[in-house]
Amino acid sequence: MAEVHLEKVVKKYGSFQVVHGIDLEIAHNEFVVFVGPSGCGKSTTLRMIAGLESISGGNIRIGDRVVNDLPPRSRNISMVFQNYALYPHMTVRENLGFSLKIANKPQAEIEAAVNEAAEILSLTPLMDRRPAELSGGQRQRVAMGRAIVRHPDVFLFDEPLSNLDAKLRNQMRVEIKKLHAKIKTTIIYVTHDQVEAMTLADRIVIMRNGHIEQQGTPLDVFTNPVNTFVATFIGSPPMNLIDGTVEAGHVVFSDGSRLPVPPRYAASEGQKVQFGVRADNIMPIGHALPPEEHMAELDMTVSLSEPLGTETILFGEISGTEVQAKMFNPRPVVPGERMRFQVTLDKCHLFDAESGHNLRV
Amino acid sequence: MDSNLSHRLKARALKLAHLATLFVAMSIICLPGLWIVLNSFRPTVEIMAKPPVWIPNELNLDHYRSMFGGIGEGGVPVLTYFMNSLVISVTSTVIALLVGMAGGYAFARYKFKGKAALFVGLMVTRAVPGVALSLPLFIVYARIGIIDTHFGMILTYVAMNVPFTVWLIDGFFRQVPKELAEAAEIDGCTRWQAFWRVEFPVAKAGIASAGIFAFLTSWNEYALASQLTRSVTSKTMPVGLLDFTSEFTLNWGGMCALAVLMIIPALVLTFLVQKHLIAGLTFGGVKG
Repeated sequence: MAEVHLEKVVKKYGSFQVVHGIDLEIAHNEFVVFVGPSGCGKSTTLRMIAGLESISGGNIRIGDRVVNDLPPRSRNISMVFQNYALYPHMTVRENLGFSLKIANKPQAEIEAAVNEAAEILSLTPLMDRRPAELSGGQRQRVAMGRAIVRHPDVFLFDEPLSNLDAKLRNQMRVEIKKLHAKIKTTIIYVTHDQVEAMTLADRIVIMRNGHIEQQGTPLDVFTNPVNTFVATFIGSPPMNLIDGTVEAGHVVFSDGSRLPVPPRYAASEGQKVQFGVRADNIMPIGHALPPEEHMAELDMTVSLSEPLGTETILFGEISGTEVQAKMFNPRPVVPGERMRFQVTLDKCHLFDAESGHNLRV
Repeated sequence: MDSNLSHRLKARALKLAHLATLFVAMSIICLPGLWIVLNSFRPTVEIMAKPPVWIPNELNLDHYRSMFGGIGEGGVPVLTYFMNSLVISVTSTVIALLVGMAGGYAFARYKFKGKAALFVGLMVTRAVPGVALSLPLFIVYARIGIIDTHFGMILTYVAMNVPFTVWLIDGFFRQVPKELAEAAEIDGCTRWQAFWRVEFPVAKAGIASAGIFAFLTSWNEYALASQLTRSVTSKTMPVGLLDFTSEFTLNWGGMCALAVLMIIPALVLTFLVQKHLIAGLTFGGVKG
């Protein structure tokens, strides 16, 4: 039951700075996901909130308390680790009840809380097993159970699903979302997987090199990326970025093909830009999603196709850059086939080639 | 011939060869021990017989009886030696384990200046043969007056064992994932509680094995003890064996009997602790 405030939080290892003055406000009950490539400082930030790393500058507040120098045990948080970190010498029951036992809670209360957590995560039949006798998914659930028995103010997840196989990961993702709906606690979740970030988050915080690049709802960062980094990091397949030059209201690519400057975008004549278009917005004519509205057309030679069932990903090239496009109601495509594509200009972006900033006005 | 049959025969022959080799190897390892036990139960005539008597004609407890007998009947102060050995070995093992745990944990978990040099330094002390130190130790101990005392022996054995226990226990703590202690701290433990309630129990098996090594080293040590102990106040059992030598004779039977008494506690301890040496306890807490 608490909000978390980060004010100009800095982390340095010697002279090497990994987190550069992060400002962030996380509301009560909010599910915030830190996402970014490895080494971007997301785990370090989480560990600073947990109290497992000291902070080199700034303030961290949980609720109305500044917790900068408090040890982890005084912060009323709980954390799920990437490798689960279950106590191997204890049974599932003892693992779940450990924190309450340390807090000297009466036996009856411990039992009630443990049973409740076990119920929520369907761990009841496993209570007397040890971690070594559990599967990956079960261990993951025990780790979450251990975190919820204490009714912490804030829940911290450090890449909790990255050790699970793809199927189990999807399943646990749903369970985490359900859990959040059930227990209503502030959650801070770290992942490098943008799909996890998109599906789980109320708000995504995209980090790179110790800076926050952008934050917002999943839809917001998907539709309005502030720069090329966010544009290519969020969404799968990543947004196509094609180098071009602005000439008379059009972006001209080096192979001579051209597309109009998207509406609501402004670029000066002769400016070097990157034209950003997602695969969903460049589709072969006749194979687009209804309504097949379009604002521009373009020819492209298809070099490769990846049929996925309901859709097929087509690979082509515009002025030396690989471009992925989507084809709905697919038909077989021969490599080398030249097709005409429609581009939904409304959903396209223009970035400055040098700074990578979005040029929307 | 059927190729299946030939493969089966070959596998069987290999298995037989394997067992035979194992038997020969185990005989070589165990025979001296068995010979000691055997000799402690038979008369001196039979022990000294040439060619050796393999199958004993007569087994009795004469050597044990006389060993526990009074002075003049070939008796030695067995119980005193045993107590000396026990006090010295147990105390030095406990101290070596405590120091080893503190040191091993520090080496495994913390970064500090001169860590590598310190570690190498500890290992180098193991490279010096113990006997080479006996004369300097004798002189120093004699000067400060701790020659022929339990304290002197305990000090010696702690110094001998600490580098080894630090090194072993460092290895075991390295296997305990750091996240376990972190999880414990988040669960409400202090650093100290996290160690005793989580990291120590998980590394317990390794610490126990370090304990066995330290105990056996002290229990069996002869070279230094023979120099640093003078009388029954501090003589340990290995040194006590020398009581069976006199100017012109060697009481082989008595020596063997005392040796058997020495072996028993070591065996018992090893079996007791072995139960706790189940490997793989650390696994399962973290990813599989």
